[in-house]
Amino acid sequence: MLGKLQKILFAGCLGVGVAAAAPAGAEELRIGYIAPVTGIFAQVGKDMVDGFQLYLAEHNNKLGGMDVKFIVEDDQGKPDAGVTKVKKLILQDKVHMFIGGLLASTGYAVAPVSTAEKTLYISSVSSADDLTQRQLGKYPYFLRTSWTSSQPHHALGQWACDQGYKKAVVIAADYAFGYETVGGFQKAFEDCGGKVIQKIWPPLGTKDFGPYIPTIKADTDIIFTTMVGPMALQFPKQLRAAGNSKPILGSGVSYDEFVLPFMGNEVIGDVSALHYSAAIDTPGNQTFVKAYRSKYGKVPGYYSENNYSTAMWIDQAIQRAGGKYPGPEQFIKIMQSIKLDAPRGLVELDENRNPVENVYIKKVEKKKMFGYDKDELWNTVIKTYPHVSQFWTYGKEKFLAQPVYDRDFPPCKYCE
Amino acid sequence: MASQQRKIAIVTAILAAFAYIVPYSGSFVVLLATRAMTFAILAMSVDLLLGYTGLSSMGQAAYFGVGAYLTAVLATKFHVGLGWDFWLVVPLGILVGAALAALFGLFAIRAGGVYFLMITLALGQCVWGLAYRWNSLTGGDNGINMTGRPSFGLDLGNEVTFFYLVLAFLAGSMLMMYVLVRSPFGQSLAGIRERELRMQILGYNTWLHKYIIFVIAGGFGGLAGVLWAHTNGHVSPETVVLTTSVDSLLMVVLGGAGTLVGATIGTGIVFGLREYLSTLVPWWQYVLGAVYVLTILYLPMGLMGIPSRLRQRFASQGKKEGAKKLATKPS
Repeated sequence: MLGKLQKILFAGCLGVGVAAAAPAGAEELRIGYIAPVTGIFAQVGKDMVDGFQLYLAEHNNKLGGMDVKFIVEDDQGKPDAGVTKVKKLILQDKVHMFIGGLLASTGYAVAPVSTAEKTLYISSVSSADDLTQRQLGKYPYFLRTSWTSSQPHHALGQWACDQGYKKAVVIAADYAFGYETVGGFQKAFEDCGGKVIQKIWPPLGTKDFGPYIPTIKADTDIIFTTMVGPMALQFPKQLRAAGNSKPILGSGVSYDEFVLPFMGNEVIGDVSALHYSAAIDTPGNQTFVKAYRSKYGKVPGYYSENNYSTAMWIDQAIQRAGGKYPGPEQFIKIMQSIKLDAPRGLVELDENRNPVENVYIKKVEKKKMFGYDKDELWNTVIKTYPHVSQFWTYGKEKFLAQPVYDRDFPPCKYCE
Repeated sequence: MASQQRKIAIVTAILAAFAYIVPYSGSFVVLLATRAMTFAILAMSVDLLLGYTGLSSMGQAAYFGVGAYLTAVLATKFHVGLGWDFWLVVPLGILVGAALAALFGLFAIRAGGVYFLMITLALGQCVWGLAYRWNSLTGGDNGINMTGRPSFGLDLGNEVTFFYLVLAFLAGSMLMMYVLVRSPFGQSLAGIRERELRMQILGYNTWLHKYIIFVIAGGFGGLAGVLWAHTNGHVSPETVVLTTSVDSLLMVVLGGAGTLVGATIGTGIVFGLREYLSTLVPWWQYVLGAVYVLTILYLPMGLMGIPSRLRQRFASQGKKEGAKKLATKPS
């Protein structure tokens, strides 16, 4: 019988807990934040939260004059849990907006909640293309301060073609993020005259690339990869160990500062593209990198920078709104009117509420940077594509007429 | 059988109290309770196998998953199941879950013990792989977003209404399973659990018995899946992942296998810790771990074993005291 009694007590406790957590009436900005704080993505989740909190700490816990109540919830890297936590933030903590979400699947799962609950959702990392493309109409209270997966890779495809590379083999993690990064690269590369001659899709989480590396066609000029997590560490190591010395062009996340300190010298010379590099040589970025590193003991990657600049963006928007939260529609309009000078460079939103920003082509180099006295791996910027939109140079209408990038789109015309 | 009637009365009273209290305790609690109750149906279906038949299935998420994906695909691709036809999707989900179990059962039931566990695990992973790779149907890793809950006079978009619907399904499922395990069929399952060989010698077709309960459990899994899809409004491979199967097993063990009510309580506690405690403290996982370990160490019968343990303790204490009295009595 005790078990049943416990259940009643439990329900009772829940009720009390809710009553106790009722929000105070002061003029504070309540921001909910979801990130995977536990589970395999816990470290990335921490970097995300740290980025946002660094800005808050630097600004006395105020954004645009409002005191901030910053509530972090753990989505455990699972879309289901993300939905529950977002609902908790909205229903119980009565947040004005919620931010975050790492995985594309989490982004897709929580965006409808913002529509249903008429609460602003700012995606500060999650990069699923279609949220700000073909599905935008469904999510009127949604905006993105980060990127779309294909955005920097269009530029990388163009860059590869400009270097005179003719043939590319693609090897990428077999899931939506992989498809979208590859799609962007292939589209721009082939429109410029290059040919993708082979596509290999190892499953997400592959650690042994033994079965895949020998199948890479020998007559290729370059290898384009999208690897995430442990895959990013293993692939270059195993490729070089197998004696393959073709240049690697990687998705930005494969060489993000998040994994870079754990990589060996074999990655020196590898090229990748992203909308941020810790090695951007501007005073703004240097200040940010130093502040972040002295507080958290590591070089910030894009996960941290994007959240830092999201906080900065909100700061300016609330200021423009006169020190109060003006409601989601108005807030989005204000956000769209701001040209932000972030550590990553100038950023502004396009009409689809996705950032237009610099894309950096980066090469891994071992050197000293920003006065640190050790030789370390840095993502040296070798070319900057300014003001890159999610539609690259195709224009919105034309771009949206094609389907979202997928395992089979763009089709592999030159594969045999 | 007075004690059975008393138990039924208690469970009914608790469900009624639950139905009365929860809607007044904040919309997040309503949501959480709805999620827990949906999952409890899955946990009870695991209990049918684990507690009543002695089969530890590691693949129950597969039936849960097909139910959920069926609902999501019908709703988003064919706009079926968002009005009165929700009542068609429910039996369809049960059928699909049962049909898949009927197929998997052909492979799994031949084995017992660890081998059964491994086969169900592998088959469950097949479904996960399908959900993950079949992009055109399942949306791959991104999953499927549903546009809203069914509405047929009753608007299930309202969390409280939906809560009552799920509660009704939970109570109904519990009742049906209760009747099932009390039936002669259920009794013979218990016989199989205790000593399969003896049942075979007595002339029972134990394979068929196990197969039937496996299919029934699959059906309940499918039902839970249909409700789960509408609870979350989102279905992704995470729904079908191995952890879902393992969680449901742990919940049953925590609450007490072979009790049905125990599975519900176990689900309630795990969801409470995982989704409510995690909003309060960052070290909720340690609490969850400690609860599991302590249960296994001290309550092998699960939480439902507490009353009988207490009774035992009091009974033995009473005896001792009685004996003392006798001993100190001056002769």
